[in-house]
Amino acid sequence: MALNRVFDIAGSAMAAQATRLNTTASNLANADSVNGDATKVYRSRQPVFQTTQTSFGALLGAERSALGVQITDIIESNAPLAQRYAPDHPEADADGNVYVSNVNTVEEMVNMLSASRSYQSSIEIMNTTKELLTQTLSMGRS
Amino acid sequence: MNIDPFAQHAKALSLRAERTEVLANNIANADTPGFKARDFDFQLAMAGESLNAPLRLSTTSVDHIPVNDSLFESRVSLAYRMPAQPSVDGNTVETDIEQAQYADNTIGYQASLSFINRKIQGLQLAIRGGS
Repeated sequence: MALNRVFDIAGSAMAAQATRLNTTASNLANADSVNGDATKVYRSRQPVFQTTQTSFGALLGAERSALGVQITDIIESNAPLAQRYAPDHPEADADGNVYVSNVNTVEEMVNMLSASRSYQSSIEIMNTTKELLTQTLSMGRS
Repeated sequence: MNIDPFAQHAKALSLRAERTEVLANNIANADTPGFKARDFDFQLAMAGESLNAPLRLSTTSVDHIPVNDSLFESRVSLAYRMPAQPSVDGNTVETDIEQAQYADNTIGYQASLSFINRKIQGLQLAIRGGS
């Protein structure tokens, strides 16, 4: 029954978008984190989305076994860190510099909106499919 | 009465359900880089389904590995959607269009469902003799 698989697809999308919202929340919370050591500074985290390939049959041409989306990795951004001269800061290094995380707040806000809209779409799909299944189950009774 | 009254609608229902899955997969991958939106032509699938038997691999030598036929049971051929505004990351899903198609497909599913319900009602009326 193809309609049951729609729940898996929409569910995987919701899980992926929830993880994306999580990383956005983490990035925004740490947007102002500083550290005296450039290697220890919080770096912006970004999830990597990929279409799920379930089986070998998917490669052979049973195309509809490509189901949903998954997060394969969460990568840390390599964008340059901002360096700030703050000799009074307790974390400052020998030269009096601290390093600020490379989170781009505007980008993260856009990410948050996009993730929340995609999450809502998946919920709508689930609701519609649930309605269709309920109607199918009561076929011939009305 | 020798014609199955439900045959056409049952076929339409199962095709609609399959299309629901394809469209849901498109919307689920709306943010996946490089994903290409898929769809199939419902009318072509309705018309062609009774004509084409599924393609199978033939084995002409004992060394050939027999392939499970269930892999090739996919009856409809999926095509790629042409995007109106392609995005930089190679993704061709346009969520608005997919949602519109999804709504259209849902209406079609419900239409088939109510046709079946009415046929059942008609048959019951005939069985009861109009009382």
